[in-house]
Amino acid sequence: MMGFIWFWLVAVMIVGYVVLDGFDLGVGVLHLFLVRTEDDRRTTLASIGPVWDGNEVWLLAGGGTLYFAFPLLYASAFSGFYLPLMIVLWLLILRGISLELRNHIDVGVWRALLDGVFGLASGLLAIFFGAALANVLRGVPLQADGYFFLPLWTNWQPGQHPGILDWYTVIGGVVALVALTLHGALWLTVKTSGDLEARARRLVKPLCLQLVALTVISLGATIHVRPESLDNYFNYPFTFVVPVGVVASLAGIWFFNRAHKPLRAFLSSCLFLFFMLAGACWGLYPTLLPATSGAANDITLARAISGPHTLAVGLVWWAFGMTLAVGYAVFVYSRFKGKVDLAAANH
Amino acid sequence: MTAELIHRLHFAFTITFHYLFPQLTMGLAVLIVVLKSVALKTGDEKWDRAARFWGKIFGINFVFGVVTGIPMEFEFGTNWARFSRLSGGVIGQPLAMEGVFSFFLESAFLGLFLYGEKRISKLMHWFSAFMVFVGSWISGFFIIVTDAWMQHPVAYTRLPNGGFEVVSFWQLLLNPWALLQYAHNMMGAVVTGSFVMAAVGAFYLLEGRREEYARIFLKVGVIAGLVSSILIIFPTGDLAGKYVAHNQPAAIAAMEGLFHSEAGAGMVLMGQPNEETGQIDNPIVVNDLLSFLIYGTTKAEVVGLDQIPHDQWPTALPLLFYAYHIMAGLGTWFVLLMLVSAFLLWRDRLTHARWLLWALLLSFPLPYIANTAGWMTAELGRQPWLIYGLMRTSEGFSSTVSASNGLFTLLGFMGLYALLGLLFTVLMYREISHGPEPTKEFARSKEVAA
Repeated sequence: MMGFIWFWLVAVMIVGYVVLDGFDLGVGVLHLFLVRTEDDRRTTLASIGPVWDGNEVWLLAGGGTLYFAFPLLYASAFSGFYLPLMIVLWLLILRGISLELRNHIDVGVWRALLDGVFGLASGLLAIFFGAALANVLRGVPLQADGYFFLPLWTNWQPGQHPGILDWYTVIGGVVALVALTLHGALWLTVKTSGDLEARARRLVKPLCLQLVALTVISLGATIHVRPESLDNYFNYPFTFVVPVGVVASLAGIWFFNRAHKPLRAFLSSCLFLFFMLAGACWGLYPTLLPATSGAANDITLARAISGPHTLAVGLVWWAFGMTLAVGYAVFVYSRFKGKVDLAAANH
Repeated sequence: MTAELIHRLHFAFTITFHYLFPQLTMGLAVLIVVLKSVALKTGDEKWDRAARFWGKIFGINFVFGVVTGIPMEFEFGTNWARFSRLSGGVIGQPLAMEGVFSFFLESAFLGLFLYGEKRISKLMHWFSAFMVFVGSWISGFFIIVTDAWMQHPVAYTRLPNGGFEVVSFWQLLLNPWALLQYAHNMMGAVVTGSFVMAAVGAFYLLEGRREEYARIFLKVGVIAGLVSSILIIFPTGDLAGKYVAHNQPAAIAAMEGLFHSEAGAGMVLMGQPNEETGQIDNPIVVNDLLSFLIYGTTKAEVVGLDQIPHDQWPTALPLLFYAYHIMAGLGTWFVLLMLVSAFLLWRDRLTHARWLLWALLLSFPLPYIANTAGWMTAELGRQPWLIYGLMRTSEGFSSTVSASNGLFTLLGFMGLYALLGLLFTVLMYREISHGPEPTKEFARSKEVAA
């Protein structure tokens, strides 16, 4: 029971991270293409300025939660995905610093460089996160002692000895890139006005179509790579509500955007990310990290879970702390709600 | 180079660089609350502008702290997997709590403090500064709890699979080691914050500009600097030192360079420990002082390294000795400097004492060195243990990550952090040379004078 609860609590943290940091990653990618004037650019960045570091906290809090609830998984996955995680760290650093520097340095050449770094790092992060999820779904060559080490690539095939990157995980990366770019575009339709908003809205349509195609492809690919992903669904048919949710939220993005209801379109995109991730988690449960070397080496809930007292105590403070955290988030977002007003965004 | 050494260097390098930023933000957070409180009480706009200026400095440091802090949480898993696997149930807890209780709070209110001043009331703006302070100090607490458990493991039991399990949540959080170390460490942060503030004040006065702010910065910096410099030695440093002496005799013996057990042990003020001959070269010693400091009597026997099995000696003995002595020496300098500065401040002569302003300006890097040396003392003193007495450092690093892969990413971090350091310096230079906005009256009086 504790295992079930903590599995989903960690999943909630991951969903929270992707939904929140997702839109500012998307905005990071988009600001390279979408903005025409310096004011556009400032508006775009001001739309994420007060919230991006709070969004990133979800990654830290999620990582910490994973660490104490499933120490074996944390130890195994973090050391096994050593190289890509280090690259993710470097990208997070470059991205945060370039955004911050941009607020302080007003020399043209510098700004162009920082904009480029910020956009590129945002896009690569989206790709890496998608590929990371795909790596977990595909499985890794776990040894009997629970450890593994993945090279960045081998023969680009998901098999017994895959690399971080193969054709399947690359698809995962592209899905994430498109989904988060769309997510960011919808955020901009909520937060900006005038010409910028119109341009963001026009982008939604092609991105949405690409995402539909990619969702179908990634779903097929996942079933091909790991057919067991469907077992939970067939055992509990009511859970087919998750793929239905995926379709419905995609439709929501499309129609609300056409009807000029930006907030609803953005919320549909949040739901889309939620259903995609929840669907992936449900496909894995109760495995946490499948082994390509045979199911005996799988890291399962039962194998990875912390001691009972740790988890019971954790539940108390986690519930208390996350209630507070959601409270702060609601408060901050409500303070900065509505369209970005450059005059008020002093910095 | 062995994998163990690479993984140790990896963590040591990234944590040392990281902690340059939080020590300033945790210290400044207190001082910003002071500035905002005066502003709120007197309604004097000058103090608000002063707070806004330090808010910008804080914001830059906060971002550098955040981006260099994320790797720290990852490295427990990436570089220290075997340690994390067994200890996650215990120390994963405070680490997760830091994110849940501190970072959410801190980032939310910092966003409000930096970007929202025009959207919220004055009282609310004061409150957001206060919450940033609370958040940053909670964050420090959970990190100290994590470290304290590695220094002095309490409230645990072993599970059948070898993992550690918490038996008492409150005992874990209220580990005596953690409370002492926290008090000592936070005073260290306030020392850094106040020295930086005083140095910026001194800089403006020496430059002959922004004088109306320079006086504020000097006043707040020197008063906070004096209080924290004293508190860091007594009682916090004194108590923390005694606790180390009673619980980690090998660490204290190595810190003090005490190779032989002695009744009435002296304190070495300076010298070079010679591991081969087992003595201090070129020593300057105060007789009996060490016995007195630890046990309150000059005759007490202090355990030397000769009573400790060689495989339990701290592995980097000379470095530990120097780190400790640098910390203690600088701590003494801080008290002297701030005593003189506070005296002249009280007599209203500080702003004219240019020699002292120079000393304050040039002393700003020293708290950074002292804080770093203090942490090196704590962590090198813990060696060769990763969890004191329970798990050796050699048993904790990720066995699947080779020395070569570790070196690859260590070099990557070194390059990236060199760039970050450069950018940070440029940013600080810009903000400080730009300074707080001049007040209206001040700008007018300058105009009249011209």
